[in-house]
Amino acid sequence: MKPAPFDYVRAETLDEALGALAEGGEEARIIAGGQSLVPMLNMRLARPSVLVDVMRIDALSKIEPKNGRVEIGAGVRQVALERWAALAGTLPLVAAMMPWVGHAQTRSRGTVCGSLAHADPSAELPLALLALDGEVKLRSKRAKRTLPANEFFLGMMATAVAPGEMIEAIVLPAHPMGTGTAFREVARRHGDYAIVACAAIARPGGATRLAIGGVADVPQAVALPDPSDPDFDDQLNEFAWSLNARDDLHASARYRRDLVRTLGRRTVEEAVACRS
Amino acid sequence: MLLTDLIRHAVGATGTHVGCEHGVCGACTVQIDGEPVRACLTLAAQAEKLDIRTVEGLEPRPGELSPLQAAFREHFALQCGFCTAGILMSLDALFARKPKASEREIREQLSGHLCRCTGYAPIVKAALAAQAHVREEKTTDA
Ligand code: FES
Ligand code: FES
Repeated sequence: MKPAPFDYVRAETLDEALGALAEGGEEARIIAGGQSLVPMLNMRLARPSVLVDVMRIDALSKIEPKNGRVEIGAGVRQVALERWAALAGTLPLVAAMMPWVGHAQTRSRGTVCGSLAHADPSAELPLALLALDGEVKLRSKRAKRTLPANEFFLGMMATAVAPGEMIEAIVLPAHPMGTGTAFREVARRHGDYAIVACAAIARPGGATRLAIGGVADVPQAVALPDPSDPDFDDQLNEFAWSLNARDDLHASARYRRDLVRTLGRRTVEEAVACRS
Repeated sequence: MLLTDLIRHAVGATGTHVGCEHGVCGACTVQIDGEPVRACLTLAAQAEKLDIRTVEGLEPRPGELSPLQAAFREHFALQCGFCTAGILMSLDALFARKPKASEREIREQLSGHLCRCTGYAPIVKAALAAQAHVREEKTTDA
């Protein structure tokens, strides 16, 4: 359970990190908090020959609210976002989700962007990015591009990040006044990966959106009518089937679909109830 | 090199235990700059120049137990002791930031640790007792 040998480069600036990534090509990986990557290294599921550490780059460790959006740099630890004083006011959905992200002992090191780069289908932060229709800013030595959440996740633990490219930051739109949000999750134990995780957003205008993690290979979202609408359950049921749930060690496909239907409804109801 | 190996093999401080070595059990928990972290998921190089505290750093004077450690002994909060060092470091970090942490917060903090012996109930009891003890000391001191 020890990593295979690798070279370690501690970048002091973003340019240095991008340079080292370009040089290392497919063999190079970014290391930030290490909470997803180091287990992979220890189990030798990943064997990069170069690790580029970005945690000492000051420019990446900022949480910046501007123009109704919040930009979170690649070096922002989960605990920093969790304790950010404006979180509950700006991004109440994320505030509700943070205590469910891993454990206190992993949030202390793990970064927000690192969890997105890892793209575990049951992790909460990828679900947050998708539920909120956030964006990911990617950067390589030569180019910059920004991808919406639904183009960023390509499959189970697969993202659009290309060799030589890194996540520079993510951008989450803050909720308009009066938006109701809710989050619910079922896991074997608190802090374990979600069997099903539900995030709901109820806009002041009446539109509701439900995003589900833990079922499909990537988090998925759907627009739904008001829960009082007679069509609500049919549409939610269709969505539950569309996720192609699978049986695994933790739960059956049937159980997951049931959770999407029951927990999904409750989560949307809760979001609607706290909308103003 | 992992931080666990640096602590145990290079420094020789074997109070920090290693169970799963992939971030699941919490036995290796130490504090970096006051925050509880899993040392097996930290590269030693990433911890350079940071303040690292292990269970050896809890005793107020050589040979003396801290109130939290004493409460663990008093309440039978350990049997084999494999998980104990990690749990102590986690709770110590929690109480440093939140001296009045609720039982729920204590349980949430403990959810990051596996203990195969005690069933957790005595650990929660010890944590609450240590909290009360520290509070009392503060009031008698003042
Ligand atoms: S040894 Fe580090 S979490 Fe198990
Ligand atoms: S006391 Fe044995 S594992 Fe906790």
